[in-house]
Amino acid sequence: MRVNSAAHVRIGWLAGRFVSAATVVWLAATFTFLVQCLMPGDRAQIIINMASGNVGEASPAELAAVNAKYGFDQPLVLQYGKYIWGILHGDLGLSYQQHRPVLDIIAEQIGPTIILAVAALIAAWVIAVLTTVLVAGQDNMWSTLLSGIQVFLATVPPYWLATILLVVFAVQLRIVPVIGGNSPIGLVLPTIALALELSGFLGQIVRSEFTRVLEQPFVISARARGMGELGVRFRHVLRHAALPGITLSGWAIGKLLSGAILIEAVFARQGLGGVLVAATSSRDVPVVSGAILISAGLFTVTNMLVDLTYRFVDPRIKMT
Amino acid sequence: MRGVSFSLQAGRCLAIVGGSGSGKSVTSRAIVGLAGRRAHVHARQLTFAGTDLTALDDRSWRRVRGKEIGFVLQDALVALDPLRPVGKEIGEALRLHRAVASSEELERRVVALLELVGVPEAAVKARQLPHQLSGGQRQRAVIAAALALDPRILIADEPTTALDVTVQAQVLGLLEETKLRGKALLLISHDLAVVSRIADEVLVMHEGKVVEHGSADQVFQDPQHTYTRQLLDAVPSARPRGSRRSLLPAARPARPPLRSQEQSPSTFPSVVLSAAHLVKRFKGPDGVLRTAVDGISFELRSGETLGVVGESGSGKSTMARLALALDPPDEGAVLFQGRAWTTLTERDRRARRRAISVIYQDPLSSFDPRWSVGHIISDSLASDVESRDERYERVVELLDLVGLSPALLDRRPLELSGGQRQRVAIARAIAPRPAVIVCDEPVSALDVLIQAQVLDLLTDLKAHLNMSYVFISHDLGVIRQLSDRVMVMRQGRVVETGTRDEIFLNPRTDYTQRLLAAVPSLARGGVANRSFSRV
Ligand SMILES: Nc1ncnc2c1ncn2[C@@H]1O[C@H](COP(=O)(O)OP(=O)(O)OP(=O)(O)O)[C@@H](O)[C@H]1O
Ligand SMILES: [Mg+2]
Repeated sequence: MRVNSAAHVRIGWLAGRFVSAATVVWLAATFTFLVQCLMPGDRAQIIINMASGNVGEASPAELAAVNAKYGFDQPLVLQYGKYIWGILHGDLGLSYQQHRPVLDIIAEQIGPTIILAVAALIAAWVIAVLTTVLVAGQDNMWSTLLSGIQVFLATVPPYWLATILLVVFAVQLRIVPVIGGNSPIGLVLPTIALALELSGFLGQIVRSEFTRVLEQPFVISARARGMGELGVRFRHVLRHAALPGITLSGWAIGKLLSGAILIEAVFARQGLGGVLVAATSSRDVPVVSGAILISAGLFTVTNMLVDLTYRFVDPRIKMT
Repeated sequence: MRGVSFSLQAGRCLAIVGGSGSGKSVTSRAIVGLAGRRAHVHARQLTFAGTDLTALDDRSWRRVRGKEIGFVLQDALVALDPLRPVGKEIGEALRLHRAVASSEELERRVVALLELVGVPEAAVKARQLPHQLSGGQRQRAVIAAALALDPRILIADEPTTALDVTVQAQVLGLLEETKLRGKALLLISHDLAVVSRIADEVLVMHEGKVVEHGSADQVFQDPQHTYTRQLLDAVPSARPRGSRRSLLPAARPARPPLRSQEQSPSTFPSVVLSAAHLVKRFKGPDGVLRTAVDGISFELRSGETLGVVGESGSGKSTMARLALALDPPDEGAVLFQGRAWTTLTERDRRARRRAISVIYQDPLSSFDPRWSVGHIISDSLASDVESRDERYERVVELLDLVGLSPALLDRRPLELSGGQRQRVAIARAIAPRPAVIVCDEPVSALDVLIQAQVLDLLTDLKAHLNMSYVFISHDLGVIRQLSDRVMVMRQGRVVETGTRDEIFLNPRTDYTQRLLAAVPSLARGGVANRSFSRV
């Protein structure tokens, strides 16, 4: 009975999170639906132009046929209902251009993008933590230098950094291939290019908290017990200093996903970036909408993971 | 701090006594080489059992710390890592110095240590986080951690500030016993009753200098320096309420009071805060529910001070959190200003939050360290104060009211002394003009002189601003000085409630009688009539 109530609390917490995640996705779906309806220009006209390749006006008969095929002639409420119903069944509609289900198109391309974003997140954390733990709280040149570098990284545009990295390491030094494809070695440069900006942000936040915690009485206690500098930093201080960084990671993942699309373009990598660029320029609205929906879904899932991690690191938080 | 010298001998206890800011703590931290990065320590000679400590490198220091020298840090409430179970912290010294063979042995030793310092249900507490222990339990855990390896020298910086008299006696007994086993003890304290009990030698510090140094008997019976005499005089006692204790002039408001009201203490018309049958249970790491507050009811009338006493772990702080609606009660409810309070949602409470304030034992952890004093106080001003000039004026007025100069406006909390910090906490608490202030051990961490000033300030402010206090303390002298009515708590229940005189002159229950009887006096004959009353 007692154990039950703890389980209840946890289930209640999870249920609450699912409801809010579903709400976010639903809002995103409504938004993309409205954009599709209210977009300037007749949708049937766009589809016909896309298929025929010319820009002229289509005849009323042609338009009516397309409207009927895609259901554009039905009342908006019905269209909305069908759209949401389709999403619930994993149907994101058909691409105007490729005449294939949007879900298939995105599923084929999203893997490399997710891998890049996750790799960048991990890399950013490793860089931020290592530099912080080794240098923070020491009044020396290294600490000042590191702080300067972090500010620089946090403010420099990542695609600019990506281009520099590409020129230096791939073109000049030839350490890594220019076009890496999906091989692990090809992942190195894009990951670093994407991670550096975030590592600057993370590093700044973790470092200022780290310096504050280093002065706390419980840290002095640990030293008085005979704990060495590294032990103090890794076992006591880092855990506290990581907390604001973890909170930031939820936001960072959204930024990494959008950043990944740019980086993919710079490195000509396979991924969602290519699909999105093509779809946007040709006004293939279902594909763009699908990408927005999937990103919203990913964003809510990763934020739940971030939340769970926070609770794991800080056991004081109750599941409420 | 300059020119301090002393020697510490095996089997003896040296006590360093002095007010806050006198340099006691820095001295003790300098001995273990942890005075902080900004401190510069010059020692002509610092030797430990023949080893020159000034010449030690970092690695050799680590072998000495924890193993040869145990250190009980001041500020017990923040001396444990808030993210790790208490047992892990206590076992850390054992683990670091490889004193245990297996994790089972480690666990056994940790539980035994906690039992040694008198923590109930040690096996459960070892697995809990610091915030799940009461203040006194946390302080004892810090002592247990320092005793883990049975070090040859024990340095204890204010080791009993959060303890009631029974538990304090137990801990002092433990320290005395270590001394008798031939260990050296360096005790740092402002509590002369504690010092008189176990010190063989006393060193009185004032503003970084040693003003008196001699055997305990000599210092207590025949104090030479005026500062020593001041310290002896300022100790809380069972003096009638209303008499001022601080030696400095009271912090009188320079302006006419904000809401002055004449009121005779015997008539308290309306009830501002009332609790009915409050129950709060916590689930331990073993999944078992334990009752921390067990059916407490009380009433606080407007203009009244309700003193709450009780042993460590009796549920005083938990009760305070319930009254403040920081935690929801499992049963029962609190009414505030005659209306629902704990049963409301936080959003409905927000409008009236400003009418009830809180002052904690340790203000430092309730301040944002990056905020200036001005920012801290201005942030809690009533929201009807709109313009910048008006806010600034109010902040200066409040500082004046608590006896602080406007020069402190731009200081950060870490740059203030303990007494100044507690004054800022008081200014923050009265800023929104509350009807009730809940004080949870507001003076326990302060030395006697500052303690007396802060208590006088609280008394003055209450009369000027027409507030009511719930005043929690383990110090009977403090309770007697301030309270109109007293509530005695034990194991989550109310043992007895009555007017101050009923409780102190005519206690009905055994428990209260025992509490009063346990009040120790100075252990040395000469000043026994000063009657030190700590519960
Ligand atoms: N959040 C919590 N989780 C679990 N147990 C708790 C929690 N808070 C308090 N307790 C337990 O409730 C009991 C009462 O604690 P409380 O802090 O109210 O005591 P107290 O009277 O203030 O003691 P002290 O004088 O030592 O401060 C203690 O045994 C404590 O361990
Ligand atoms: Mg308490």
